[in-house]
Amino acid sequence: MTTQITSARPAAGPLKGARRRPPASSATTVGRPGFAWALPAAVFFTLFAIVPLIMVAVLSFMSWDGLSSPEFVGTDNWSRLMDDPVMLNSIWLTLLLTVLGVVLQTPLSILLGVWAAGHQRNRAVLSVIYFIPLLLSATAVSVLWRALLDPNFGIPAEAAWLFGDGNLFGEQATAIGVLAFVSTWQFTPFHTLIYQGAARAVPQVLYQAAEIDGAGRYRQFFHITLPQLRNSMITSMILMIVGGLTTFETVLILTQGGPGTDTTISAYYMYDKAFKSFDYGTGSAIALVLVVAATVISLIVVRVSGYDKMRSSMEGVS
Amino acid sequence: MRRRPNYVAGVGSLVWLFLVGLPLYVLLAATLRTRQDYAENGPVSIPDSFTLDNYTGAFDSGFGQYFFNTLVVTGCVIGIVLLLVPPLAYAIVRSRGRTTSAIFRLFLLGLAIPAQAVIVPMFYLISEAGLYDNLLGVILPTAAFCLPMSALILSGAMRDISPELYEAMAMDGASPRRMFLQLVLPLSRGGLSTIVVFSALQAWNGFLFPLVLTQSDSSKVVTLGLYNFQTEHGIDIPGLLGAVVLSMVPILLVYLFARRALVQGLMGVGGK
Repeated sequence: MTTQITSARPAAGPLKGARRRPPASSATTVGRPGFAWALPAAVFFTLFAIVPLIMVAVLSFMSWDGLSSPEFVGTDNWSRLMDDPVMLNSIWLTLLLTVLGVVLQTPLSILLGVWAAGHQRNRAVLSVIYFIPLLLSATAVSVLWRALLDPNFGIPAEAAWLFGDGNLFGEQATAIGVLAFVSTWQFTPFHTLIYQGAARAVPQVLYQAAEIDGAGRYRQFFHITLPQLRNSMITSMILMIVGGLTTFETVLILTQGGPGTDTTISAYYMYDKAFKSFDYGTGSAIALVLVVAATVISLIVVRVSGYDKMRSSMEGVS
Repeated sequence: MRRRPNYVAGVGSLVWLFLVGLPLYVLLAATLRTRQDYAENGPVSIPDSFTLDNYTGAFDSGFGQYFFNTLVVTGCVIGIVLLLVPPLAYAIVRSRGRTTSAIFRLFLLGLAIPAQAVIVPMFYLISEAGLYDNLLGVILPTAAFCLPMSALILSGAMRDISPELYEAMAMDGASPRRMFLQLVLPLSRGGLSTIVVFSALQAWNGFLFPLVLTQSDSSKVVTLGLYNFQTEHGIDIPGLLGAVVLSMVPILLVYLFARRALVQGLMGVGGK
């Protein structure tokens, strides 16, 4: 490709290129855009994402109450965080909720996705209903479930045999259960889509061969379908992990981190420290912990699955 | 796959249908009944009253303004993304320069930055710039955080354009700009609609930036309106759920008319 263009260059390039952008269209760049095309986006992104990212590291060594000017305080914020039981607890809670999310959503979305990839007659209609939670924002989902699970006017008040006194937000175990359930409710349809696409892409020949060999449905599922879904599983799980680390609205709206600090996960604690206690320095330190965790995981995303595989997992999605 | 029906999967799918369908039933039914009916008969009962007050009530408590604000934010975010991303993706796909590949790596790194991570310095920067409690202060960071995924989606679409087409245009002596306008843009319409839907979803559903960067009613967006409604009138559940239904109407419309673009846009949301 490149060589052919090079051969066309001496004749066409300098002559016509000179009309519009004389200096840029030198012999080596004819027909190819220069970096100037990428510059506006890069400047914009640097200003509103990279600069704040650098600033968060700087602010984590400063004390700032939002009114006066920030002042350097060395590693004060960090040493206080290390000894802060709420912080340590928040890391543990974040991990717990993330793991719960993966454990609940992965089998569910694989089963639903493989089922939805089939050709049952009721599939199309049901898929549409399954899809609806995706149309709601995280805020709307949380507000909806806060209302549905209201201790006085919600579903628990009607089903005392299942929910006891009905106040699911009053105890740590049930509050965590609610958070895990609501995340599952919200995100399972999305992961179902990933698996549906992947399951459709499994070559039918494999199943036909298995049938001839007399393998039953369950053997086919475990020996053909699951191994073929491996790449999608990696993509989906990493998305679940990153999503779990950055869960915020769900906690803010459903539990406000409570009872006490029993559901205060790291992202919520960051918000609480910075924007409720006006301790922006410590908030920045927690944010930096989140950045490092998310970056490490995203590096794994690029290394292990790669964007191309993510695209291929989208094939067959209807 | 002509096989006998899979009963296990069928039953499982019905259980999930119940888990998704029941809340959606309660959601819709609650918005069409009076508050008294909801409180007395419980959320899962069949309504014995009918009213549209919950929807009109949402507008009375300011949702009209919130919708307008969200539309402004969404429109501007789409505008910025459409202005910045196509040239960026074009350069990523076609440029051979070192600077461009460094810029591409910058955006790959950007995929990893969660909005929560930069919210404190963003608050500082936006306040210093005098944009606190201003819709522009929400628009700029929201658009910035749409760029990495949009760039990936669109450059993926542009890679599918066959090299022969570029060569043919190069033969005719076309400049990079002419190739961009006459070849690349028309052939990447699918990718363009995906990034529009993706950015629209990000802007429409955005919560953290508006939460931290705005304050007054006049600059409130819909998600924030829902949150405020819940904290202030939490017991008016039918009214609250009416607002929830209203907030999903625009996405529902996109779902009905551009399902494929929506699904792909959603895949992008998950990738962020």
